[in-house]
Amino acid sequence: MKKTRSFFMVPYLAWILLFVITPLILILYQSFTNSAGQFTFQNYVTYGTSWVYLKMSLNSFWYALLITVVTLLISYPTAYFLSKTKRQQLWLLLIILPTWINLLLKTYAFIGLLSQTGSVNQFLTFIGIGPQQLLFSNSSFLLVASYIEIPFMILPIYNAIVQLDPALVNASRDLGATNFQTFSKVIFPLTLSGVKAGIQAVFIPSLSLFMITRLIGGNRVITLGTAIEEHFMTTMNWGMGSTIGVILIVMMFIIMLLTNDRKKKHREVIVDEKETL
Amino acid sequence: MVKPIIELKNITKRYDDGFTALENINMTIEPGKFYSLLGPSGSGKTTILRIIAGFTDATEGTVIFEDQKINDLPANRRKVNTVFQNYALFPHMDVFDNVAFGLTLKKKPVKEIRERVLNALKTVQLPGYANREISELSGGQQQRVAIARAIVNEPKVLLLDEPLSALDMKLRKDMQYELRELQQRLKITFIFVTHDQEEALAMSDEIFVMNDGKVLQSGTPVDIYDEPINHFVANFIGESNIVPGKMIDDFQVEFVGKTFECADAGMRHGEKVEVVLRPEDLDITKPEQGKLVVEVDTQLFRGDHFEIVGYDEDGNEWLIHSTNPVRDGKKIGLTFEPEDIHVMRFGEKEADFDARLEQYEED
Repeated sequence: MKKTRSFFMVPYLAWILLFVITPLILILYQSFTNSAGQFTFQNYVTYGTSWVYLKMSLNSFWYALLITVVTLLISYPTAYFLSKTKRQQLWLLLIILPTWINLLLKTYAFIGLLSQTGSVNQFLTFIGIGPQQLLFSNSSFLLVASYIEIPFMILPIYNAIVQLDPALVNASRDLGATNFQTFSKVIFPLTLSGVKAGIQAVFIPSLSLFMITRLIGGNRVITLGTAIEEHFMTTMNWGMGSTIGVILIVMMFIIMLLTNDRKKKHREVIVDEKETL
Repeated sequence: MVKPIIELKNITKRYDDGFTALENINMTIEPGKFYSLLGPSGSGKTTILRIIAGFTDATEGTVIFEDQKINDLPANRRKVNTVFQNYALFPHMDVFDNVAFGLTLKKKPVKEIRERVLNALKTVQLPGYANREISELSGGQQQRVAIARAIVNEPKVLLLDEPLSALDMKLRKDMQYELRELQQRLKITFIFVTHDQEEALAMSDEIFVMNDGKVLQSGTPVDIYDEPINHFVANFIGESNIVPGKMIDDFQVEFVGKTFECADAGMRHGEKVEVVLRPEDLDITKPEQGKLVVEVDTQLFRGDHFEIVGYDEDGNEWLIHSTNPVRDGKKIGLTFEPEDIHVMRFGEKEADFDARLEQYEED
């Protein structure tokens, strides 16, 4: 029985070995080599001492944070009201639908919308305040990135809210809590796991966004993702590219650890107390 | 008469899909008593509780709390607290924070909160459990925390929604005593929803028997047990033998082809009725001395009594409780007193039923 079960694991294990573990080792290995293929710490030294890389890292972090905050602010209320509406399946489908469309297509669609002659500027011109330079700005980058990430924030929060026992909300009101108090003391804390899952699903990929930075942000926003692409595709400095990759992976792990549901604090259980039941 | 604390007047609850959960409910709740709403699932008993608590609105009718109409008062401002069916304890807080929830919202001083919470835990026999996590507690302990969380706020009325249904048999019996004792000590009005007739009979001062969104009968446990208004109530409360009969005259009823003396009156002569005989009121005797003769079909040993099923010559089934066993297939006689017979009219309303009972019981 146990043998057959492990046999079924073989395809996936092979997959992980080939496409996850091996690349990780290669990246780690390459991050310690220079362009001549010799072992060196130089890449890490460069990263740690160069203002450019530090700024890039902060930039990545900052924009990922902004994107997460914006999507969270939009997604929580959306998920909350979604859980209260009729036809939830239809609404969910509408939210999930865009994620099935290729990322590049959606990005190009935004180029069309936001360009000098796009529909947004046509409208702005119509009401007399346009056309404006919308594309290739930090805010348009934020807008499009948030748009793309929103479904990944809504779904885990929605799941957490739906799983919340409505009796707990009634209990809170029964004990005298106003709607706001019920939200802050019961609903939000109990759906925090969904929020954390959403943050993981949005923040981590946002750290390494690079295509949107170029197509929508017009390379004004340089993130670590963009830097990696530059090192691998343009300057051919694979060592440095790998180093940034390792740093990115470390950042992701830190986020995972911070947002993971910590085990409940272990409390001293009073054992000398006689059970009354 | 004592001034009522809660009055429900002509309460009707209809849902959007046209389903009527409650139909013209009238109830008067007096302070300090233990009330039970008893009925099968779907009878609307929990809906009444939710209307009193403020979790749902009545479609029609008035809810009055201490002479004030409270239909539009939100749940958080009503002076009632609820013990929920599955306890609805907050899983992210420990026992202390759960119990302190209501007091913390009212911004009571920390010292007072501490004192009252620990006191409430003592009341429900859980001293020393303040720092436990909810997940560490057994079902019975969670039940007690839920009660402590409600009574710590000193509500005038405590609503209990089938609070014992998730407990095992033994614990449920213990909790029945405890709840009754707690209610008498705190002198809070309890409104207790249950589908368990034994539970309702054991604990209540007054029972409302419900079915299909209507109150069929209300009264003390003894009244309802001894004088059920109709077939449904007689069957739902305890076990009974119900046979068709005919009222010959006042205090004379005919069933299974014989005329018996009974204690009921006030009906038309010759009116078709139903006759209830409780299994424990039937005494076994020799066939020639019995008012009825049945042949024993099966018997089950129930520990404190034997449950005997027999059939008379007309094929009517009779359920008998006896402390002594009988032999299967044997013919036995059954005797009973005139007071053991309870006659029920078809379709009699509770008000008419009560009036009729009052009339001839005075004679």
